[in-house]
Amino acid sequence: MRVIQQGVSIVQRALRAVGSHGEWLAGLLLMAGWLALPSVGIAAEGTTAGPTEYRDIPYVGSRNLVWIVAQLHLLLAGFVLGVPIFAWLCEVIAWRGGEKRYDKLAKEFTKLLTSAYATTALFGGILLFLLVAFYPKLMNYLTDVFFPSFLLYCFLFLLETATLYLYWYGWDAMQHGRKKTLHVFLGFLLNFFALFIMIVPNAWATFQSSPVVIADGTALERAWAATWNPTWWPINIHRLIANVVLGGYICGAYAGVRYLSVKSPEDREHYDWMGYVGNFIGVFGLLALPFAGYWLMREIYQYNQQMGITLMGGFLSWLFIIQAMLIGVLFLGSNYYFWLGITYRIPGSEGKYRRAMLMMLVSLLLCLAVWMTPHSLVASIEEAQKMGGAHHPLLGVLGVMSAKMTVSNLMILITFMSFVMYWRAGKQDTAGWAKLGKAVMGAVLVLASIAVIVLGVWGYFVPAIVRINYFSTSQVLIVIFVILTITPLTALLLKSAKTTTEMVWGSMPPRAGYSLVLNAVMVILLMTLMGYARSSSRVHWHVYGVMRDTSPYAYSPALGSASLIMAFCTFSFCLLVAFIFWVATMGDKYKVAPGPGKGELPHGIPAMAGGAPEERS
Amino acid sequence: MGALGTPIILMVAMYAFLKFGLPNIPGSAPLPSSLIFLYLLLTAGGIFMFKTLSGESKDAFWGPIQRFLTGENIGGLQALRYGVFILFPLLVGWQTYGSTAVSDLPPTESRTIHPAPPGEYTGLSNPVPKTPENIMQGKGFYAAYCSPCHGGNFDGKGPAARGFIPAPANFADPTTIAMLQESYLFWRIKKGGVGLPIEGAPWKSAMPRWEVELPDEWIWKIILGEYDGAHQSPRTWE
Repeated sequence: MRVIQQGVSIVQRALRAVGSHGEWLAGLLLMAGWLALPSVGIAAEGTTAGPTEYRDIPYVGSRNLVWIVAQLHLLLAGFVLGVPIFAWLCEVIAWRGGEKRYDKLAKEFTKLLTSAYATTALFGGILLFLLVAFYPKLMNYLTDVFFPSFLLYCFLFLLETATLYLYWYGWDAMQHGRKKTLHVFLGFLLNFFALFIMIVPNAWATFQSSPVVIADGTALERAWAATWNPTWWPINIHRLIANVVLGGYICGAYAGVRYLSVKSPEDREHYDWMGYVGNFIGVFGLLALPFAGYWLMREIYQYNQQMGITLMGGFLSWLFIIQAMLIGVLFLGSNYYFWLGITYRIPGSEGKYRRAMLMMLVSLLLCLAVWMTPHSLVASIEEAQKMGGAHHPLLGVLGVMSAKMTVSNLMILITFMSFVMYWRAGKQDTAGWAKLGKAVMGAVLVLASIAVIVLGVWGYFVPAIVRINYFSTSQVLIVIFVILTITPLTALLLKSAKTTTEMVWGSMPPRAGYSLVLNAVMVILLMTLMGYARSSSRVHWHVYGVMRDTSPYAYSPALGSASLIMAFCTFSFCLLVAFIFWVATMGDKYKVAPGPGKGELPHGIPAMAGGAPEERS
Repeated sequence: MGALGTPIILMVAMYAFLKFGLPNIPGSAPLPSSLIFLYLLLTAGGIFMFKTLSGESKDAFWGPIQRFLTGENIGGLQALRYGVFILFPLLVGWQTYGSTAVSDLPPTESRTIHPAPPGEYTGLSNPVPKTPENIMQGKGFYAAYCSPCHGGNFDGKGPAARGFIPAPANFADPTTIAMLQESYLFWRIKKGGVGLPIEGAPWKSAMPRWEVELPDEWIWKIILGEYDGAHQSPRTWE
């Protein structure tokens, strides 16, 4: 006690000495003290009987801290792996098509990438230290299994970092001729290494869920067997697409915030256009995401019935109703943004498309209502008695996968058609075959929708394996067929179309900016939700069926308490991203930039996917 | 208030349909309030989105609400405005009280119908060959042991079914046993309600623990009989 009192008096004297900086110093000391807590070995377990298996931290708890840091690292990683994909695509569009605004956009995104990359690495480092400190037994085991891939990961990280520096700092120096080709190649390499940086740690995480352990063989053979586990590639594909979606929507949100704050018409035009591109990329990825998710769930179910039921029918099943709500809001938000675009950017279009928008909205809401209807309903005893159980006799059928899969496919179709409508708005067909072409497109859409619904209903009357392997796959193929048919036909039709109303950028209302921000928040929430789902599906196992969690945290937190952590992670990530954006753009306002010429601005130019090349010139 | 008329009518109509229309469709039942709330929320969201798609429709929609709340040129509605200002907080308070006050009613149910089976049951496959004899035998066992609750028609309407809440499972419903593997049914029949894991609490299942009365082989045969009698197939991966 005397030692503490002495310590306090020393601190007080020091605070008096530093005068006005005392508050800062006290804050720093508090922070340092808190961070140093694990070093004193609080609640270290296993110290008497053998090596330490777990360590804990007071108040927060080791699991919560690792959860938060891991989730933030994952979100940041998703951002830094997703953004280069479309930054590079934008650069390629500018390089091949000669539209400088895409190059400017790509550069702006890459600028955000450098500081985001450092923050991601920082959180990765913190995560690693925390894992080693809190879970030494697990980390020993994982190191033993994956040692070769740890080395590979370090090497990939070096390559990725060097490539990113070259790509960013060489942007202006490699703008023309063969140097530009080299720069584009660097962008490709950046994405190539980024892909491997993602899939290598994915192997570690998926191994924990669906381990493949071989006793014999070299270290390399064991690592390879553990890497090639049943859920590795489903997760790889799912995360790759999700990263593009996250990157797109976050850049959309960035543009939305900037759009709300900028004053000059030029800036409004630019950020309006950037918001459109971000939303477009987000939607583009979102269309494919349910397919990837379905494949992942199928693999999990097939790998282990217990894990599949825990997720889809067990205590985590309610989580998927929340997921449906978040995805539904995302679909609604993205479509709403498209529709606002038609109304505000293409003056006079509202009257023409209002009816179609209403029909699409009603269809989306109906689909969402089906998607959000649980199989087992939340009901009071009295209500349950009236229903004859937890299942509603009529609406209970909407609670199973056949219905969910059908409506998710329909929502994808509707969203795609929203985009096509936006694309066609303000144009008049002049091609001789326009009438026939539109009839074909209409027929394809109607027949495809009917086929998706018929397969969905039929799915109730066939064995589950037939539904999963044939009907659901057919539904996906039908939707892909529609997208692959209507996209080129529309492009062909619009090539000769006459622009009746020029697109006016910078005229969107403030709620368009807010909807972009809302979309980004929904995606982040979704990722935090799925992070919890993936970890909780292992229940009380560190490595499913191989290594039990014997810590005091060997229980799954209830959805309610988990949602607090999810919300905290989402909020923290938004703050981090805001900080990164602020840091990355801090220097801009002090530059006396000549400003882009009017000719480079998107004013009066159709969107990336809209209009024919000659209309853009 | 003209532009507000349609949304109000729509919301009232939707509520009336969910509360009184849908339950009266043959084969239906009253909807729980959680579901009605969910659907009304979607309807309100849709109305909000549609009404704010353009500047004109947004002004027509928000204008009256804004004028009413600010009291600007609303004439005789002033008294109603003050009434709303007084009643709205009271309504919120009443709702909050109602949802947090101690009540003698049992809590709302959110039970997990299909908790995950223990690991030792997940890899099992039916050792009894699917032959007409075994199916017939299974149906016989089913008639003796299961049909009093689950019904002779496998529809969950056995003579004893009315005595149970929740009602016994309806196997003819494509959303029950058709979604599950045979090993899952084996576990549920063998261990019954008392063998259910804690993850799905609160558990309320009157299913007997048949392992004390029936040998495993009979249980597997019952499973064959159940699927055949209910015209369903178990979930498989081949």
